[in-house]
Amino acid sequence: MTAIDYTQEIPVVEGRPTASQIDEVVSIPMNTKPGKVWKVLIAITSLMLLVGSVALGYTFYYGIGMWGNNNPVGWGFDIVNFVFWVGIGHAGTLISAILFLLRQRWRTGIARFAEAMTIFAVMCAGLFPALHTGRFWLDGYLFPYPNQNHLWVNFTSPLLWDVFAVSTYFTVSLIFWYVGLIPDFATLRDRTTSKIKKTIYTLFSLGWRHSTRHWQHYEKIYVILAGFATPLVLSVHTIVSFDFAVSVIPGWHTTIFPPYFVAGAVFSGFAMVQNVLIFVRQAFNLKHIITLNHLEKMNQVMIVVGMIVGYAYGMEFFIAWYSGNDFEMFTFINRALGPYAWAYWIMVTCNVVSPQFFWFKKLRRSIPVMFVIGIIVNIGMWFERFVIIVTSLARDYLPSSWGMYTPTIYDFGILIFSFGLFFTLLLLFVKTLPVVSLSEVKAVVDGAQPSHKGGH
Amino acid sequence: MEEKKIFSVAALFDTPDDITRAAKETNVAGYTKYDINTPYPVHGMEKAMKLKPSKLGIITFLLGVGGATFAVLFMSWVAIVDYPLVIGGKPFFSWPAFVPITFEVTVLSASVGTVVAMIALFFKFPHNSHPLHDTNYMKRVSSDKFGINIVAIDPIFDEAKIKEFFAKLGGKEIETIYEEPFPKDIKMFDKRFIGVLVLIAIVTAGTSYLVLNKLLYIQPFTWMAEQDKGLPQTKSEVFSDGFTMRPPVDGTVARDYVPYEYKGLKDSAVVNLSNPLPFSKQVIEKGKTSYDTYCSPCHGNFGKGDTRLRDQFPKPPTLHSDKVRNWTDGNIYHVITNGQNIMPSYDKQISRDDRWAIVYYIRVLQRSQNAKDSDFESNK
Repeated sequence: MTAIDYTQEIPVVEGRPTASQIDEVVSIPMNTKPGKVWKVLIAITSLMLLVGSVALGYTFYYGIGMWGNNNPVGWGFDIVNFVFWVGIGHAGTLISAILFLLRQRWRTGIARFAEAMTIFAVMCAGLFPALHTGRFWLDGYLFPYPNQNHLWVNFTSPLLWDVFAVSTYFTVSLIFWYVGLIPDFATLRDRTTSKIKKTIYTLFSLGWRHSTRHWQHYEKIYVILAGFATPLVLSVHTIVSFDFAVSVIPGWHTTIFPPYFVAGAVFSGFAMVQNVLIFVRQAFNLKHIITLNHLEKMNQVMIVVGMIVGYAYGMEFFIAWYSGNDFEMFTFINRALGPYAWAYWIMVTCNVVSPQFFWFKKLRRSIPVMFVIGIIVNIGMWFERFVIIVTSLARDYLPSSWGMYTPTIYDFGILIFSFGLFFTLLLLFVKTLPVVSLSEVKAVVDGAQPSHKGGH
Repeated sequence: MEEKKIFSVAALFDTPDDITRAAKETNVAGYTKYDINTPYPVHGMEKAMKLKPSKLGIITFLLGVGGATFAVLFMSWVAIVDYPLVIGGKPFFSWPAFVPITFEVTVLSASVGTVVAMIALFFKFPHNSHPLHDTNYMKRVSSDKFGINIVAIDPIFDEAKIKEFFAKLGGKEIETIYEEPFPKDIKMFDKRFIGVLVLIAIVTAGTSYLVLNKLLYIQPFTWMAEQDKGLPQTKSEVFSDGFTMRPPVDGTVARDYVPYEYKGLKDSAVVNLSNPLPFSKQVIEKGKTSYDTYCSPCHGNFGKGDTRLRDQFPKPPTLHSDKVRNWTDGNIYHVITNGQNIMPSYDKQISRDDRWAIVYYIRVLQRSQNAKDSDFESNK
């Protein structure tokens, strides 16, 4: 192994490409006809959408009685999937906002992509609570507006906090993403030769002129938005966890939930971003911009948050015993040894054991290994939500009100729909918008900034 | 041909170091109306150009404080004033529960508002007809070059001098940028313009009509609401008498129901019946509850016969007339139980004990409305 020179920072972008080379490589997918692979992939995701639409149609027509939800398990796949998708979204904001505030320059290559994933994941997430209300054409009542009945929503309910948190999160993520896109739209506008594209890019670039008098405010707003998005992203999963923690169901009523949920969200989100980036850098020749160093750093983040999640699993058991509460103790023993023990042990294996492989540098930098572990982590995180929601509801206080939960084919159909929606949007995104932020990457290439003769 | 108006003189530089030096020199040379265009923000450029720090933060702060204040005031108004509801036994103003939404509204209003303010107020966007657009200069600074342009409104603007100045600094592709001539033949009543206006009007009006009057009232599925069942007060096709509401089968006796033995026999009721209940505060309160429920809609809360049925009905009589005051308890009880004139019988709705309690309460009302001096004396 060669010695690493720690006095020199590893270049964020490899090979020192010129600015016009960056423009060229990033805009290739937008200027070429889609290839065979892309067509096959979008055929698969559209098929998923189609299959899911059947399940959605049945739900729409006959109501949510088609699902496996029952009494006592009133929350099933719908809320499991909701929490899962909101969690996926968190990686994007973490990369774009928190790493920005921490001045992690390596984030620039992957930030745009991760933000796009955030937006699409939150759209998938929003689908589930909207459907879960039953008569979803009345979902407008979730928002407080002055209506004829003189009724207001219940501002003290965690479910309403959720409505505010998720819709705020979506809106702020969307404008954060768009603000980042404005200079890139301007660059594309000035590059393209197609008249239709030029019109579209002109419309969205709003007349951006790369003026320093504008860059000055632009950089300021980036800090402001990052400063808001950081507490926002923490608040969103915190509030999602309040849906559970504020109730009195054993296994839910714990103060560890907010940090535990946030760590889990980052864990699954990074796994998803890492998985998709592996394909993107391969497909679009972006290996010098989205480097192996990026993927390695993401894997390092995954070890950290994976360990936090593992700690939370252990601490839940400890507190269940330490509290001396019979119901809590029963709930956790039931999780590990009860009828849903298989789900519990899938969760522990995938989330606690699998990331440990990333301690080895060789495995951390091996594409096949990290891809498989990323998938396993996401399976595990999906099961984590399943374990939390279903096992607690299936067996709470009174044995007479216990009941098992079995999802129906329609539950799976809508889960497939959400994956289809996510990947379809992602595929459309990679062909229509720059997957890498042009202006940000140009700014971090070696030699892009003035040489500081004599320092600042 | 008309002479074109000069917008600015521009030059391109290859490296960030060159452009930073050019900015400093331009400042030294005394130019004020100039701009630097770079494909990405170059560090230290604001300092080189001597720009004042961005004031966006002030707007963010004001909007954030405004959003937070609005959220707290709005939720408090709903919870305390407009629709107070006790939720979980908590006080109306349970502020800890307002924290999450206050936070979200603060973030939402501050971030959306700041972005809108930046784009609309600071940048004056959208601005797609700026003279710099579609010039060679713009195409280069958009990709990889670093450009400077001194605008014609600068007080010491001189095209030739500036070109010389840029050449000395090492600028390349020095060019003069002209303003687009403003088209003169814009007519107010152009056919296409009118056509577009009419189209917009039709589409907006049509959409609003459909959404507000039709779409909002469409219920996709009403199976839960529309059921094959008999609703009270509707016509029945099943029963021969046409009523959906059915009377009990003949001879049915409700639990605790005691048949009235003086039905239609007022004279004997007046003589034979007397109040079996003790005259106590508890009984009177029980009587008040029943009176307020069953009697007050017609006779009024204080038995004055002054309800809103006063002028549109055979007038509900006051209970304070000499006639009623002189009735025996049995007589009042008989009227409640048996009914009188248009007043129906209440023996199926009010239990026997409650009817007697009402009699006591009516006595209390009568005495309160016709108090004697001695009543006041005894209260001293």
